[in-house]
Amino acid sequence: MVILHLAIILPFIFALLAPLLNRLLPRVHTGWLMLPVPVVLFAYMLSLIPVIREQGDLEGTIPWIPSLGVDFHVYADGLSLLFALLITGIGSLVLLYSIFYLDKNKEKLVHFYVYLMLFMGAMFGLVMSDNLMVLYSFWELTSISSFLLIAFWHKREKSRYGALKSMVITVFGGLAMFAGFLLLYVMTGTFSIREIMGDASAIANHALFIPAMLLILLGAFTKSAQFPFHIWLPDAMEAPTPVSAYLHSATMVKAGIYLVARMSPIFAGEALWLWLVSGLGLLTLVYGSYRALKQVDLKSMLAFSTISQLGLIMSLFGLGSAAALYTGTAQAEFYSKATMAAVFHLLNHAIFKGALFMVVGIVDHETGTRDIRKLGGLMSVMPITFTIAMIGSFSMAGIPPFNGFLSKEMFFTAMLNIRTMELFGMEAWGTLFPVIAWVASIFTFVYSMLLVFRTFGGKAQFDKLEKKPHEAPLGMLISPVVLATLVIVFGLFPNLASYSLIEPAMAAVHPGLLSPGEQFMVSISLWHGLTIELFMTIGVATVGILLFLMHKRTAVLNQPLFAKAILNRSYDGGMRMMERLSGAITRVYMTGSIRHYLIYIFVFLILAIGMTLFSEDALKVDTTGFADMTFYEAAILIALVLSSVSVLFVTSRLTAIILTGAVGYLVALFFVIFRAPDLALTQLSVETVSVALFLLCFYHLPKLKKELVSLRFKLGNFIIALGVGTIMTLVALSASGTRPFQSISHYFLENSYKLAGGKNVVNVILVDFRGFDTMFEIVVLGIASFGIYSMIRLKLKEDGAEGG
Amino acid sequence: MKPNDVILKSVTQVAAVIILTFSIYLFMNGHHHPGGGFIGGLSMASAIVLLYLSFGIEKVRENIRVDFKKLAAIGVLIAIGTGMAGVVFGQPFLTQAFGYRDLPIFGTTELASALIFDTGVALAVIGTAVNIILSISEDR
Repeated sequence: MVILHLAIILPFIFALLAPLLNRLLPRVHTGWLMLPVPVVLFAYMLSLIPVIREQGDLEGTIPWIPSLGVDFHVYADGLSLLFALLITGIGSLVLLYSIFYLDKNKEKLVHFYVYLMLFMGAMFGLVMSDNLMVLYSFWELTSISSFLLIAFWHKREKSRYGALKSMVITVFGGLAMFAGFLLLYVMTGTFSIREIMGDASAIANHALFIPAMLLILLGAFTKSAQFPFHIWLPDAMEAPTPVSAYLHSATMVKAGIYLVARMSPIFAGEALWLWLVSGLGLLTLVYGSYRALKQVDLKSMLAFSTISQLGLIMSLFGLGSAAALYTGTAQAEFYSKATMAAVFHLLNHAIFKGALFMVVGIVDHETGTRDIRKLGGLMSVMPITFTIAMIGSFSMAGIPPFNGFLSKEMFFTAMLNIRTMELFGMEAWGTLFPVIAWVASIFTFVYSMLLVFRTFGGKAQFDKLEKKPHEAPLGMLISPVVLATLVIVFGLFPNLASYSLIEPAMAAVHPGLLSPGEQFMVSISLWHGLTIELFMTIGVATVGILLFLMHKRTAVLNQPLFAKAILNRSYDGGMRMMERLSGAITRVYMTGSIRHYLIYIFVFLILAIGMTLFSEDALKVDTTGFADMTFYEAAILIALVLSSVSVLFVTSRLTAIILTGAVGYLVALFFVIFRAPDLALTQLSVETVSVALFLLCFYHLPKLKKELVSLRFKLGNFIIALGVGTIMTLVALSASGTRPFQSISHYFLENSYKLAGGKNVVNVILVDFRGFDTMFEIVVLGIASFGIYSMIRLKLKEDGAEGG
Repeated sequence: MKPNDVILKSVTQVAAVIILTFSIYLFMNGHHHPGGGFIGGLSMASAIVLLYLSFGIEKVRENIRVDFKKLAAIGVLIAIGTGMAGVVFGQPFLTQAFGYRDLPIFGTTELASALIFDTGVALAVIGTAVNIILSISEDR
């Protein structure tokens, strides 16, 4: 047990306490009571920075299910520290923001903060876990708490739709990831990420290596909203804005990126990994940025922007994995620059996207709409908000001197570097990478400009708004101001972060690259000379500005190319089709007719036994041990067959009952000649009783519609009946032909009088040797009689009243 | 007009006694010869049903004041009780014992706890059979 464990559990404790605290202090906004949690955790995480840098990683274990190798093992290294700082830092700011955003009297605050604390704890635990199963538990907990948060306004149809969609998609990926983890366990025999990394080279050629990788990637891609699993993210925008800012820009969507980074040491060096992660990342980047252009809703715009930025980070982590292919430090470090860019942009994106979401929340809160067609000219009314929005957007667009500029430069560097790689067909396709990146950057630039100038610039059209817009209250502005300040600080002094955060994080992603004691030398400077990247950025800005100015006139840009969201429609259609299909399938076989169910059962019986019989070659008919047939046996047999067969052909029920009785008495006769007097006696009495009961039923058949018709012939039924009969005969013949061991009946015959003092062996077996069976058989009888009694006596009418 | 079934009633009076005796014989004899609780119980039930058939349900009920539902339950309880007896004496459940004793009239007789168990079986069978038939016949 280390303090880290306590830190992970702390939010959960507060989630438990939230209702109580709210009850105790009803006048205080619950958010104030929750705020200390992330602040304390953030401070603790800050205090860990020098510790991890100087003394190495922290870890600790609490046994959970030791017999299965599942332990609550926490491990803090540079990567988890970076994520933990984001989670707690932005968590604090979002909590502060939500205190002013959510009305104390109108909203169910306790619900909100319980969910939020759950999410925070789960996310924190996720990045700190070393055990795959614990990681998976926290992973699903983030899915669930996010589901709850998206549907916070659960009376809205769209909230529920968005929540359900995100749940379905992320849980689908989560389960795939779970399977991938299990495959890793199969290969290595451990759930510890650290130990699996140690084994990484040994399992690289295992047959399950690629399946495990694909499954884990599926989990990462769904969580991080990569193409084509991104569709849940725009719909998750129905959540309250603090939730969007926290979950859907800074933390949860980065869980997949965390997973990719965390698993990099295991899977990097595999061509498929590099191509999938970076390729899909790039595709997401360009698709997301293009779609963001088309949005008129500010939050949707930010959602697609998040998708595209996540694709950017993802592709960088994919390219960074190229470093694992090279052993020479200089060359490896050349490619590991992509990882550096990824980590830096991860940090930057969380900061500016958090700020932007908060800005949009403020605009929504103060004007009542998020539609950019209705907004405009807010610059003079909301100057502070405008400043923040501008800083955030410019950073997102990659304009100096903000931090987005630096990470975009590094992104271009990484994309250009990859061209020089001569593996995996990169020499042929590598050139595409920077081109796509460049085009996507232009789109990014344009929508960033649209975001700012459509909202805050242009003509004021306040008459279209529900409220008269004015600047937000101070409390709401604190958090975005802090974030915007950070944007500038990291933009001007990027090395603040590089020593403390980026280097340890890179060391965690590339553990094998450094010899002990070495550290990555990350040095990011605002001005790096007249490089090709700089010209690319200038190009982005030029084309971007041109496009922005033409935006109103250019049909290509104005008219959505994907007017109908194909992916969403196929998701909805797929869901509907699955429902209809499963409904149709169920209706086909669940007919409600017992006849049909019996057909299924019998057909299955025939197939299962028949196939076993033939595939195992068990069909043996050995007549050597058979006794000779006597005249009486033959006579009774013929009578028996005649009477049973004629049951099928008689036209009246009465005859059928009597024939059944005849069969029963003939069986009793069989018992007589096979020397089973007890059985014969019982059979006679029981047959009599059952025939009497049959007659009773016959007598009570309803008078109306009483048809005395013969059984209709159905070929299917005939074949099935024939099949069952044949199969059972074959089984009986085969079974009687082989007798692998001696019967135990000798024991009963010898010991019946000696041990139980009875000469009637049957009865001694019934009451003494196997009395247990008899006991429960009479219980069965008793239950049957009480069942009949209550069925007849207890006639409840439909309204529940007892009838006579 | 009610049918005059004096022959049926007279025969039943005699036959019932014979069937009852025979069923007790079957029951008592079960340990050494064909018979036992199940068959004994069934044949006794058949005697009772015969009485019902000849004399009517009401009349028989006046004379045989036995609730057959309770009888079935008692039978099951007796069977379980003999099983518990084995446990009381430190043996596994349903351990049966037997021994030979000198009784005043019968002389040396074998006494077996299995007989008590069989009694439970017989009572349960009688109760069940009669109960089923009574329930159905009283159904309107």
